[in-house]
Amino acid sequence: MTNPPVIEAQHLTIEYLLGKQWVTVLRDVSLQINALEIHGLVGESGSGKSTLALALMRYMAKNARIRSGDILLNGQSLLGKNSDDMRHIWGRDISLVPQDPLAALNPSYTVGDQIAEISVLHDNISSKQAWRKAVEMLEKVRIADPEAVAKKYPHQLSGGMQQRVTIAMALSTRPRLLVLDEPTTALDVTTEATILDLFRELIRDNQAAALYVSHNLGVIAQMCDRVTVLYGGEVMASADVGDIFANPIHPYTIGLLASIPKAIEGVETRLPTMEGISPSLTQRPTGCVFAPRCPVALELCHQQKPALETIADGRMVKCHRWREIVSGELTVDNQTQEAIIEGLPPVENQYVLKTEHLNKQYGTQSFLDRVTMRKARFVQAVDDVAVQVRARATLGLVGESGSGKTSLARCIVGLETADSGEIELIDVPISRQLAQRPQTVKRDLQMVFQNPNDTLNPYQTIGRALERTIRLLNTEALNREQVQARIAELLTMVRLPADYANRYPSELSGGEKQRVAIARAFAANPALVVADEPTSALDVSVQAVVLNLLKDLRAKEGASYIFISHDLRAVSYLADWLIVMYLGQIVEEGTTSHVYSIPSHPYTEALVSSIPIPDPSVKQGAIRLQGEIPSATNLPTGCRFHTRCPRKIGAICEQQEPPWRDAGDGHHIRCHIPIDELIQLQSQSAATPEGTR
Amino acid sequence: MARFIIRRVALLALTMLITSAIVFALTQLVPGDVARLILGRDASPEALNTLREEFGLNDPAPQQYVNWLGGFLTGDWGRSFTGANQPVRPLVTERLGNSMRLALMTLLISVPLSVFLGVIAALYENTWIDSIISLFTLAVVGLPEFVTGLVLINGLALGVKALGLPATSGVPENTIGDWIHELILPSLTATFVLLGYVTRLTRAGVIDELKKPYVRTATLKGLPQRTVIFKHVLRNALLPTITVIAISFGWLIGGLVVIENVYNYPGLGALLVDAVKQKNLFLLQAIVMVTIFFFAVANLLADIVYALLNPRIRLE
Repeated sequence: MTNPPVIEAQHLTIEYLLGKQWVTVLRDVSLQINALEIHGLVGESGSGKSTLALALMRYMAKNARIRSGDILLNGQSLLGKNSDDMRHIWGRDISLVPQDPLAALNPSYTVGDQIAEISVLHDNISSKQAWRKAVEMLEKVRIADPEAVAKKYPHQLSGGMQQRVTIAMALSTRPRLLVLDEPTTALDVTTEATILDLFRELIRDNQAAALYVSHNLGVIAQMCDRVTVLYGGEVMASADVGDIFANPIHPYTIGLLASIPKAIEGVETRLPTMEGISPSLTQRPTGCVFAPRCPVALELCHQQKPALETIADGRMVKCHRWREIVSGELTVDNQTQEAIIEGLPPVENQYVLKTEHLNKQYGTQSFLDRVTMRKARFVQAVDDVAVQVRARATLGLVGESGSGKTSLARCIVGLETADSGEIELIDVPISRQLAQRPQTVKRDLQMVFQNPNDTLNPYQTIGRALERTIRLLNTEALNREQVQARIAELLTMVRLPADYANRYPSELSGGEKQRVAIARAFAANPALVVADEPTSALDVSVQAVVLNLLKDLRAKEGASYIFISHDLRAVSYLADWLIVMYLGQIVEEGTTSHVYSIPSHPYTEALVSSIPIPDPSVKQGAIRLQGEIPSATNLPTGCRFHTRCPRKIGAICEQQEPPWRDAGDGHHIRCHIPIDELIQLQSQSAATPEGTR
Repeated sequence: MARFIIRRVALLALTMLITSAIVFALTQLVPGDVARLILGRDASPEALNTLREEFGLNDPAPQQYVNWLGGFLTGDWGRSFTGANQPVRPLVTERLGNSMRLALMTLLISVPLSVFLGVIAALYENTWIDSIISLFTLAVVGLPEFVTGLVLINGLALGVKALGLPATSGVPENTIGDWIHELILPSLTATFVLLGYVTRLTRAGVIDELKKPYVRTATLKGLPQRTVIFKHVLRNALLPTITVIAISFGWLIGGLVVIENVYNYPGLGALLVDAVKQKNLFLLQAIVMVTIFFFAVANLLADIVYALLNPRIRLE
């Protein structure tokens, strides 16, 4: 890159005041982003990546201070600026695209007002002109009917639209620097793909520089020109995106890349994982921050901090042993456990769970609604769904938000009562209502939730939480020693030290809490564990640990899973049978490898095409779903997917319900296109990846 | 929005119908015979019966209720037993007017003051400024009205004679100076009671909102701090406060018994106490109904304002 630098951080050290003590959040961080460059910032939670992103904008928490170093915008230091000066820079020269667009927009003003506000402030134009400009901006971010959308409030828009609004806002003054803080983390993979396309284009058009913060390595690989890897508040490595992904040098980068589940992997393989957790703010190691988790750390690494060395043009790494790694003398291997998980394979023709014609509708009409003649709105969340889970197998449930996958799971475990249909647990019909299920059924059906922070009572020790479940669900009465022994056994099972029983949830990391939640689900030897996005809230390296654990437990305890996730890669790593849902209906099912390859339902095809691939040399699939998932209160006629389907064949899709086509081996696709034609169409576009736009 | 208002008005009518039944039932349960109460212990059975007939007290209870409610709706609120047997309505409406004046004056002082204090306390959260505001507002809430009232009388009116404030309040004439002159002390006393709640609520609301990401968005647009606070934060932070203000309005109309007594102010609260003392049945019913009505209307207005300010409710 020969473009001039737009923003530079030079040896930046930032501290937080915690209690009465200043602790270092970022240590000696240097970073440079040139015009037209998208610079990726990767790191786990607690690595300081958000602090750095905001610090580059000179926006810091009240209890933070810059200890040393400098921040230069277009060669000018920002440190000497007072808050009045910064107000002229914020929104005009630097803009932020935030993580959670709904929370980042004021709920009480229309989105048009909120975009126009910036132009009134910085461009000195009348509010009428600013409104017109806001509408233009909405058009630029590809919002259909921008005039109408401008008059809407944030809550009336879908997540993808909200994010487009914040992008319109950020770009309306043509800023020199754009800071993107996990801007697609809250979105579905299909929406994410369209937003990423938009970013690429708009950043280029605006000649801007961008900092892209993300924990999703796939997104970083697809979006960025350069990447900086942050760990424990320090830069571990910085290089061109190709170098980082193709020949990582730093052991942390190597470990991070290895822990991404590959597209389709055998059921019995184990992901390489980095042991331990990232250092907390107050307990940073004196030597290399990564040494405690590094598989190749030497005595030197624990005692002395390595320097950030420039090893080639534009390539920096902070490791004592980089020379050995580059020369090939040293290989970094994170495979600390057996790569293959020994255990019993799934059992054919023996089912833990079967459902038939399961239906769930939401929406009610109260007395007052009837008096005032308000129309009831019903949402068919689960529509005539049949699923089967084999013993010791894993059923993966995939679909965008609003597809009904969580509702289905909740109906199965009884958190919601299905309106109609049959549920069979180990060949015995069970009630749809939780209250009418015997204790043994409740014991056999357990659930692990997405956010481990919300599922553990903050005022109860881990031991107490497990004890309650053990006592509640075990049929025989246990004495105190037996319960304590069982708690210790469960904690060991999820690879946590037994003395964690005395800790409170706040003393555990996110991954550890999720392991406790899993231990609790296994407290009474369940037959089926329903895991609803159990790794979505976790960092990549922690996700790998949890995924491995789930695999281990399946092999050792003989449990079966229903695994729900929007992360198609995580699902394929764990599941041997996949169900793809769209608007409450199953559109495809089959073995994982069948579903992920040709032929597949056009919806599945689009989902797979949207996955950002963590390899910059492989371009993401080109199929994009236009528009949003339609409202379930007003279902499309015919095939529910016809409004967005890239392979729509004509009026038949709008008028008739598609058939449930058999593609062999239990692989079924709900589509009007015959299987042979699907194979033909999809092989063609696989050969020419750009073809189907 | 129209549908929303219609729903709320329908609910209000329903509330009033139910409360009227409760009010009627309660007054039925008051011990003692109304006729004897009016005519005295020595009245002849004939006289008592004539009076019962006149007031319809011999009718069955449901009939009495329907008659009473019908009369109430058409403006015949019955007659006061005591004194010159005068009609209840003008008596109540006059006192209601007085109470409304006082309530309005109190809200004009207390709402801006407590919102201002709440915002300041929130912006300086956990500093000495915050502590002083919290301490002051809690102290004045904790003190009973007759104490703050007396302190005010002594401190402001008697101590600072230059102000020439009356220790007892008359009903103000129509000039603004007159309003302030007559109502400043009682409304300040009532303000002190409200100050603690509204200030704390505003403070908590602003602190909550300041943590939300949209405030960061607004700041990073480059907006000046006052715009961030007054345009973006306050509009969301004040939503819960509106409900509390509406509830206080109901209290201000019918519940200022102590303050009206301290200042000898002819409001509805004082009249209510008199009516109870005299077992003045129709007067009592009328006052309670009027108080509840204004309470309900204040809440209706609060709901509408809330919806107007909050698109998530308005456009559900």
